[in-house]
Amino acid sequence: MSAEQSPRIVIVDESPIRAAILQEGLREAGYTGVVHISEMHSLLARIYALDPDVILIDLENPSRDVLEQMFQVSRAVRRPIAMFVDQSDAASIQASVEAGVSAYIVDGLRKERIKPILDLCISRFNAFAKLQGELERTKSALEDRKVIERAKGILMKVKGLTEDEAYVLLRSTAMREKKKIGEIAQSIITASEMLK
Amino acid sequence: MTKSVRIGFIPLVDAAALIVAVDKGFTAAEGLDVTLVREVSWSNVRDKLNIGLFDAAHLLAPVAIASSLGIGHVKVPIVAPFNLGINGNAITVSPALHSALMEEIEGDPFDPMSTAKALARVVGKRRRDGTEPLTFGMTFPFSTHNYQLRFWMAAGGVDPDEDVRLVVLPPPYMVDSLANGHVDAFCVGAPWNSVAVDLGVGHILHFVADILVRAAEKVLAVRQNWSEKNPDIVAALVRASVRAAEFIEIPQNRGEAARILAQPERIGVDAEVIQRTLDGRLKIAPDGTIRENSRYLLVGREGAGRPDPVQAAWLYAQMVRWGQTALSPDALSTAMGVFRPDLYDAAVGHEAKPSETSGAVGAFAGPPFDANDIAGHLKAFAIGRWKP
Repeated sequence: MSAEQSPRIVIVDESPIRAAILQEGLREAGYTGVVHISEMHSLLARIYALDPDVILIDLENPSRDVLEQMFQVSRAVRRPIAMFVDQSDAASIQASVEAGVSAYIVDGLRKERIKPILDLCISRFNAFAKLQGELERTKSALEDRKVIERAKGILMKVKGLTEDEAYVLLRSTAMREKKKIGEIAQSIITASEMLK
Repeated sequence: MTKSVRIGFIPLVDAAALIVAVDKGFTAAEGLDVTLVREVSWSNVRDKLNIGLFDAAHLLAPVAIASSLGIGHVKVPIVAPFNLGINGNAITVSPALHSALMEEIEGDPFDPMSTAKALARVVGKRRRDGTEPLTFGMTFPFSTHNYQLRFWMAAGGVDPDEDVRLVVLPPPYMVDSLANGHVDAFCVGAPWNSVAVDLGVGHILHFVADILVRAAEKVLAVRQNWSEKNPDIVAALVRASVRAAEFIEIPQNRGEAARILAQPERIGVDAEVIQRTLDGRLKIAPDGTIRENSRYLLVGREGAGRPDPVQAAWLYAQMVRWGQTALSPDALSTAMGVFRPDLYDAAVGHEAKPSETSGAVGAFAGPPFDANDIAGHLKAFAIGRWKP
């Protein structure tokens, strides 16, 4: 893909990691003109200065509404910008919104040139979300383990139990109350702090 | 059988009836299991409603109309069986712009014609001095805020497209932008005007009730085809919202309503600030000056909940006036058809008596609004993009 053919792409994302993942994917696919904007101040002015063909923005970004202004007839707009797909392409809208990303395309860019960019964007966003989900789960599992250790310590001390007995007590209480063992452990810690 | 409903909202006080309906258990009493989803942008709310990730939404009334007409975006017919609020916005200006306006003003500072004319003089002076044009923040191209700002300044002779800059800013960024000088003024809903005043970075210049007696603000929006498939859910949502709106409007309930709305996962600001809006008793200047207007925000009073197609027609007329769309009788009737008093009446089980003020817009400038003659109405305004 020659430099003339490669559309200019702007990524608007406050998450530097996700933007880097996307940027890398686009570069690997041969898109050379990719710029990342992470600073939301004067967003429109920066976009007009870069004059991109495609703008990708994450849906957690409140500045998405700022971009909607580009649809308006205004002296500031050099080129008309349209939503990324035509009305018939509902599946693409669905997939991108579910992945958490939206794209704005300058009018006139052919649909078959947009599709691969969008597909890549959706898959990278989904990959990032999966990664983040795994990280969260690992983090909360670690947290739980720490809380359970502390609660066991309290039970051993107060009730004179062995470590195994303390754990069995926690587990059976959690099952009886239909709660997570971490929640029961947390309430033991809270209660013991209140009774200090 | 309990029915699950997902509803998107933006953290603003005019989502009150919806939030209270859910959190006070009024929707549950109607057999609905509602999940409220807080969103960060109107574009997200619109898109998620359009593609069915949301069943219903707290939506800017003009977005519901624009979506049904396919202006600026994908065309998806939307209907509004309940009006979530009348009025509720305010125009806040920086202390510097406030003093500039007060130096130029002739007459009552609460009279929008006096302030609009003062603004025209400030704008003229800046032009002569070679100072940058003033920048006004608003929330969305298809927003009441955009049209209210434009209506106000144009009445004083300021062309909103030529003489000043109008920029979209997400509501949570408004106060910061005013504080650091990125905008000189903004029009936004509660609580952001009060937040700016409390921080000493803004003066509330006008309540929208000064500019328009009655302005439909947010609606409970559903996709038209979804409403046709789920008439019972629509009716249940309307009944729960009516009950919540009535609850909020009883003065002794306001404290509880404000506490519900203040929850971090709902609006997430101080209950006291929210209650000021509900009571229509606002601090308008950093020195603590209080201004009261019982019509600051109408949630359930004066038949506010019943959608009024005349309001939809007025909003459509503003889209035409500012060049967002062409004038067409078909589009007008589509726009009016978005507001559905019939669905409201069917839900509450009787034809609600329209209040004295319904059917009226009550703008401070220009002739009374006539939904049957939009071209004639628009001709009365010197500034605008529409040409007959």
